[in-house]
Amino acid sequence: MAEVEVREIRKSFGGGNPAVDGISLTCKNGEYLVLLGPSGCGKTTLLRMIAGLEAPTGGDVLIGGKSVRALPPRARKIAMVFQSYALYPHKKVVQNISFPLEAQGMSAQERMEKVKWAAGLLGIDHLLQRKPRQLSGGERQRVALARALVREPQVFLLDEPLSNLDAKLRASARLELKQFQQRVGVSTIYVTHDQVEAMGLGDRIAVLNQGRLQQVGTPEEIYHHPANTFVATFVGSPPMNLLERDGKLIGFRPENIRLEKNAGSRDDATVFRGHVLRVENLGSDRYVYLRVKDAHGDTNVIAKFAIAEPLEFSNDEDADLVIRNRNINFFDRDSGQKAAA
Amino acid sequence: MSEPAVHRTVIIDESFRVHHLLDRESVLGPVMLSPLLIYLVALIGLPLVFVFIYAFSDATTGSDSFGFVGLQTFQTTLEDPVFRIALRNTVVFTVLAQLVVIVLATVLGFVLSADFRGKWFVRFLILLPWTTPVALSALAWLWMLDSLFSPFNWILGNLHVVDQGTPVAWLGQDSLAVGSVVALQAWRTLPLAAVILMAGLTSIPPELNEQAEVDGAGFWRRFFDITMPLLAPIMMVAILFGIVATFTDMAAVYILTRGGPGNATQVLGSWSFYTGIQGGSLAQGAAIGIFMFPVLLGVCILMLRRASQTEVV
Repeated sequence: MAEVEVREIRKSFGGGNPAVDGISLTCKNGEYLVLLGPSGCGKTTLLRMIAGLEAPTGGDVLIGGKSVRALPPRARKIAMVFQSYALYPHKKVVQNISFPLEAQGMSAQERMEKVKWAAGLLGIDHLLQRKPRQLSGGERQRVALARALVREPQVFLLDEPLSNLDAKLRASARLELKQFQQRVGVSTIYVTHDQVEAMGLGDRIAVLNQGRLQQVGTPEEIYHHPANTFVATFVGSPPMNLLERDGKLIGFRPENIRLEKNAGSRDDATVFRGHVLRVENLGSDRYVYLRVKDAHGDTNVIAKFAIAEPLEFSNDEDADLVIRNRNINFFDRDSGQKAAA
Repeated sequence: MSEPAVHRTVIIDESFRVHHLLDRESVLGPVMLSPLLIYLVALIGLPLVFVFIYAFSDATTGSDSFGFVGLQTFQTTLEDPVFRIALRNTVVFTVLAQLVVIVLATVLGFVLSADFRGKWFVRFLILLPWTTPVALSALAWLWMLDSLFSPFNWILGNLHVVDQGTPVAWLGQDSLAVGSVVALQAWRTLPLAAVILMAGLTSIPPELNEQAEVDGAGFWRRFFDITMPLLAPIMMVAILFGIVATFTDMAAVYILTRGGPGNATQVLGSWSFYTGIQGGSLAQGAAIGIFMFPVLLGVCILMLRRASQTEVV
C-alpha cells in the first residue's frame, strides 16, 4: 500500500498537442481514485506512465514518496488490469495467477498457497484448471484481478476493466470491484470514460480533458460543484443545462428544474420563460425538452422528472422554469471556469 | 404455396441473360476456379500420376517400350548406395537449414515488426532473396563460393585468416560443400519464414507483453514464456514451408555442386534428375522421387495437426 503522486507530468508523442500536458495529482493511501475523461483525453497515457509502460516527456512519478521514473515496470510493485484483461491464452488460470510469483522466483509451494488465497478471495477456486478461452467475461475479470492481487502490490492500476462486459454484467461487476478493493484496501487508480462508473466507484474523481486536469474531487463535488463547463456537461446524464444571462453562464441540473405556469419573480429562485418541445417517457423518468430564450438566443434545455411526479405540461405549451438559487452554478462566459454569483 | 412458385419463375427468366448467369454463385464459382484447377491437374496432378506409373515400370528415355515390373525398381533403388547417401543428405540438409532458419527468422521477424528509421530498406533487403529465382541466386552463390574469385576468400585472405596462396575450395571439400548447400538453402527459405513470423508476432496483442512486464517478467522470461508459446503454431507453419522447399529442391545442389564432390552433396531431387533424365532410367528416377512423397505427407499431417491443437490467441 502506498501513496501515488504525479508531478507536472507530461507526455507528447511528437507533433500536435501533448497527450498529457502537465498533470499533478495524488492518490492517497488506500484511496480509490478514478481518472475520468472522454477518449483521447490522456487518461490511459497517464496510467501507463504510472505503470512505467510509457516514459514521461517531463515531470515525475512517485510511489510511496520515492521517484520511480528510472525504474522499469517490474520494479514498481504495481499491478495492472488491462481493458482486455490480457490473460495469457496458453496458460491455465492457475498458471496465469502464479505468473507474477514465478517471476519473483517464489518456491512452488509458496506459490500454490498464494494462488489458493487469491482464488478464494475472488471465488474462482473451481476455475483454476481451465484455459482463459473457456471463461466468461466476468470470470476473466476475476482471474485478472486475482493475478493482480496475488503479488500484494502497492498500487492497483485498472484500465477500463468493465468496458468488455455486457451492460447486464457491468453493474454487478462494479459492485464486486468495489467490495474487492474495500477488502484488500490497496490504493487503486481506475481509468474510465463512463461517468456512471466513476460516480459509483470513486472515493475521488479526477476529470481530464485534452491532456489537462479539469477538476479533482469527491463524486458529490464533481456533480454539484463542477469547476468548469466541461466537467458540468461531461458528468451527469443528461448533462447540466447552461444558459447565458447578464454576461454569465448559469448552470443547473435537469432534476433541479420545476415547471410552473406564470411563475412570478422569486427571491430564492431563478425563473426562465420556456416552451415545451417534447415530453419523453423513459419508464422510470420523464425528460422534458424545452426551448428557452437567453442572451445567446434560443437554447435547448432538458428537464428530468421522476415518473411518479405529476406533470401538467404537454408538447407545445409555454412553461416557466424555476430553479432554486442554491442549485445554480455560475461560470465565466469566456473561460468557462466557475465564477461567483 | 403458390407464392414460391411465382418467385421461381422470375429467377429462371432472369437467368437466361449471361450477366445474370454470372451473378449466381453456382456458376461464377466454377468459372473463377477453373484456371487454377486446369493448372493443378495439368502441371501437378498428371505428372504425379505418371511418376507413380513409371516407378512400377521399366520405362527409359531411350525406347518407347513399357512394361510393369512391380516393386523391382524400388528394390534396385534401395540397394543403390548413392540413393542412400542422397536420402541421408536430404534429411540432414533440411534439418540443418531449418534449424538455422528458426533462429534467424525469429530474429528477423522481430526486426521486421519493429518500428525504426529506414525500416522499409531493411524490409526490402530481407525480402530480396525471396524474390530471386533459385536458379539465379544459386548462380550468384556459385560465383561467391568459387575457389578463385570468391569474395569470402578475398576477405578471409586479407584478414590473414587463411593463406592467400591456397584459397579455400568452398565447393571442393566434402564438409565445406555440405555447409555451402545448407547455407544457400537457409538463405533462400529465410525470408518467407521471417515474414510468416512477423505476421505471427504482430498478431500477439501487445498488452500480453506489457502485462508480463508489469507482472515482473524480464526480457528472457517474456520471450520464452509468453512470446514463443504464442508464436509456436505459426512457427510450425513457417518451418513446414521451409521443410517442403528444402526437401524437394534440386536446383540449389544441381547448380552449386552437381551433387559433388563425389556424391557428398547428392540429394533426392538431384539424384532423381541425374538418374531419370540424364541417365535415361525414367523408372528409377521416378522411384527415387516417390521417396519424398510419404516423408512430406507425414510431415505435413503431423505439423498441421500440431499447429491446430495449439492455443491461438
